[in-house]
Amino acid sequence: MNTLILSALSGVIMMFSGFMLNTRTAVRTLAHILLLVVIAGTVLELRGTTLFNVDTKGMMVFDRFALLFTLVANICTLAYFALSSKDMERVGNNYSDYFALIFFILSGIVLAASFKSLLILFLGIEIISIPLYILAGSEKLNLKSNEASLKYFLMGAFSTGLMLMGIALVYGAMGTFDTTRMEVVGATPVLLTAGMMLLLFSMSFKASAAPFHFWTPDVYDGSPTVFTSYMATVVKAAFFIAFMRLFTDAFGGIGMQWKLIVSIIVAMTLFIGNITAVFQQSVKRMLAYSSIAQAGFMMLAIYSLNADAREGLILYAAAYSLATIGIFAVLIKMKDQSFEGFNGFAKQYPTIAATLVVFLLSLAGIPLTAGFISKFYMLKATVDGGSLGLAIFAVLMAAVSVYYYFRLIQSMYFKEGSQVVAVPMTAGFKYTLVGLAAVTVLLGIFPELLTNWLYF
Amino acid sequence: MIVLLLLLLPLLGGLVTFFLKEAKAARGWTLLVSLATLAVSIYALTTKSTNALQFSTGWMGSLGSSFSLGLDGMSGLLCLLTAIAYPLILIATWNSEYRKPNNFFGLMLLTQAGLIGVFTSTDALLFYFFWELALVPVYFLCSGWGGERRIPVTFKFFIYTFTGSVLMLIGLLYLYSQTPDRSFALESFYALNLSNDAQSWVFWLLFIAFAIKMPMFPFHTWQPDTYEQSPTATTMVLSGVMVKMGVFGVIRWVLPIVPAASFAWGDVAMSMAVIGIIYASVIAIQQNDLKRLIAYSSIAHVGLMAATIFAENKIGMQGVMMQMFNHGINLIGLWIVVELIERQFGTRKLSELGGIAQKAPALTILLVIIAFANISMPLTNAFVGEFMMFTGIWNSGVTQYNIVFTALAGLSIILGAVYTLNMVQKIFFGATNAITTNTHDIRGNEKLALGIIVILILAFGIYPQPLLNLTDGFVDNWLKEVSISNLGVN
Repeated sequence: MNTLILSALSGVIMMFSGFMLNTRTAVRTLAHILLLVVIAGTVLELRGTTLFNVDTKGMMVFDRFALLFTLVANICTLAYFALSSKDMERVGNNYSDYFALIFFILSGIVLAASFKSLLILFLGIEIISIPLYILAGSEKLNLKSNEASLKYFLMGAFSTGLMLMGIALVYGAMGTFDTTRMEVVGATPVLLTAGMMLLLFSMSFKASAAPFHFWTPDVYDGSPTVFTSYMATVVKAAFFIAFMRLFTDAFGGIGMQWKLIVSIIVAMTLFIGNITAVFQQSVKRMLAYSSIAQAGFMMLAIYSLNADAREGLILYAAAYSLATIGIFAVLIKMKDQSFEGFNGFAKQYPTIAATLVVFLLSLAGIPLTAGFISKFYMLKATVDGGSLGLAIFAVLMAAVSVYYYFRLIQSMYFKEGSQVVAVPMTAGFKYTLVGLAAVTVLLGIFPELLTNWLYF
Repeated sequence: MIVLLLLLLPLLGGLVTFFLKEAKAARGWTLLVSLATLAVSIYALTTKSTNALQFSTGWMGSLGSSFSLGLDGMSGLLCLLTAIAYPLILIATWNSEYRKPNNFFGLMLLTQAGLIGVFTSTDALLFYFFWELALVPVYFLCSGWGGERRIPVTFKFFIYTFTGSVLMLIGLLYLYSQTPDRSFALESFYALNLSNDAQSWVFWLLFIAFAIKMPMFPFHTWQPDTYEQSPTATTMVLSGVMVKMGVFGVIRWVLPIVPAASFAWGDVAMSMAVIGIIYASVIAIQQNDLKRLIAYSSIAHVGLMAATIFAENKIGMQGVMMQMFNHGINLIGLWIVVELIERQFGTRKLSELGGIAQKAPALTILLVIIAFANISMPLTNAFVGEFMMFTGIWNSGVTQYNIVFTALAGLSIILGAVYTLNMVQKIFFGATNAITTNTHDIRGNEKLALGIIVILILAFGIYPQPLLNLTDGFVDNWLKEVSISNLGVN
């Protein structure tokens, strides 16, 4: 509850800060301070102190899973602010509004992570999505940005419709919105199955799982890169957390009805994401497809729905977000965003290149990085669930992913070139990246540092 | 604790090396670390205390894994090989210049740490960590310091082996999910009693990873290219030590865990190995490039080891153990010669060389001895190992085709003699030509490295008993683990 209220308040404060604060540095500083307050609130709540006493009428539940993910999302947002908030200046004039929108997204994330009623789920998803439509189109004079925004909005509205229809059908079948009161006795009502399917499809759409992923590359590519970074990481992870929560609470009991379909979605997502990413020439588009591919892996958690999957999904959210935010932060500053643009990068910026290597190894799932251990959790959950075939398919696709992640390493280290960086990289930027890389390695060796928070 | 020290020395030493910008300092430090590792590994083999050879501490407890290292006969032997190989490689390549020497030597030492970790870990997850830790630095070494076509070639190598290792990961995960105490420990895996069907799955998931690493026909296509394009120091590590990871993996992680499947699929695996032996030998005869010739000859030798493992008897296994060690030493010797020739003449083409013998007698004598070892002449170390392996296959009780396999694999000796002697003849004898007329003999450090190798070759050729004693106990235990007599077969 702390996070929800604090982040919503922060959003409002940021909205009006545009009138009060004259310099962009002041706006940025304020945003950082507010985010730190939000994080402090989340940590307090995780340790058992609630600042606000609000009766949610049983529509929300702030358990450790929800709170821990909220914390992870907040901290990733902090990393994102630290690395990329300066680059938002280049997008347009409404600098403070961008921060406001991100704070609203954060409050949406809290709703999506801790809902217990389908209505709150709907609210959460919409509160996350609407600011995203705006952010996607924030580069007003860029046609591609406009297109991305419109495309995202139209497709998003359509899937929202599906979701509402699904919620209505589920309500019709069960007579309640409460996700914890959906035990089915005897045969599964057809209405419930139909509603569940619609929810499955709309959530797959939001999380860009194939075959509902078609919007993703265009929207990610068209949006200003600094916002793509946020969309592809924290937000995507949040959709998965909501997805997981929905299926654990509401539909865990009727696994027979959806397991097969989810496994098909997983396989398709992994296949399409990885194979298409191989053919990309632009790093940004590669990352868009890589986010689809990684979504396939996260989807394995939905498929298996056990304790490992819960721990793993939180780890995955952290590992994937940190690594992708780091790569995007450097990408934003590059003049040429194709693979060739990175040629010879390691010679000019050895430290930053080394951190990028850590991030890429993490995304590819090489041991000693957080990316490996989170993939490991997913595979463990899947194998435990008895689906050896799906796990084998997933790792084969992970092997494909090495191809496009390592292409970037090759460009940076083994090819000659004199690339031009559009924006100089400061020492602070460098050390933040080093810090993120250190966290990535640390989580890779001691994942308990994070997962223990679920229990203690 | 000794075993931990063995691992930490190259690991920490490697990390320190990255900060030694001075070429001399980095090189000297690396040699120092590798000599220290050698000393520790020799001490580990001579010590009587079994406590010193085990180390275990909590790590990822919630996943059922622990940081457990252990040194038995086989891992002791392979650690010794790794530890001997590194100083030899460093001495032999002392005069090679590298860009960014600190990174080069740092990565080399990290590779060594990965290798020792692979050989000593007794926990599956830890094993997998080290398996990859050995792979990633090699990727950077080959891509960063290799020949012209290094980027696509090492990429192929990396994706090939990575695919194998992720499949292995699934295999290990499946085994883990079947253990009653949810543990990745090797003993728990050995205690498993899986159904035949499950064993077959696990067998192939694990075996493919190791077959790629060895490499075994038909998974060998990465190897000649990679050996050719890598910097020679790395090639020595790759071919001398790293291929043993595959053989080691099959011995430790496949046969004892899934004995029934290994029995059932043993003929298939042996056939693959035997096809590989003949195929690689025939191709080696046609090679004009020295590096590729040795690469193919290595496939043939490793194929024989792989075939013998599935014969599952004592004399054969002892031969494999011997040969794992000796093959590493011999190959490093061959690569040193290749490096010398390439540096002096700027070419590795057999057709462009000739008549070196008169000008470089020391090199010639040393190479001829190593070449004899490569075709396993009596009195060289390889003879003992190969002879034992052939005897092992011939007497194997688990395959019906033992005589066929022995006969076909035996062709490798003849074919090996053809390509090796052909190589010696083309390089050293015949008329000198424009390239080779200004030959000078080898330098002191190179003489030292080759001299040590030749001494090892002759010493273990004449008196192999120390090596045999080292692995004797291990082989007995291993045969008990893989025995399928409890299944009512054989």
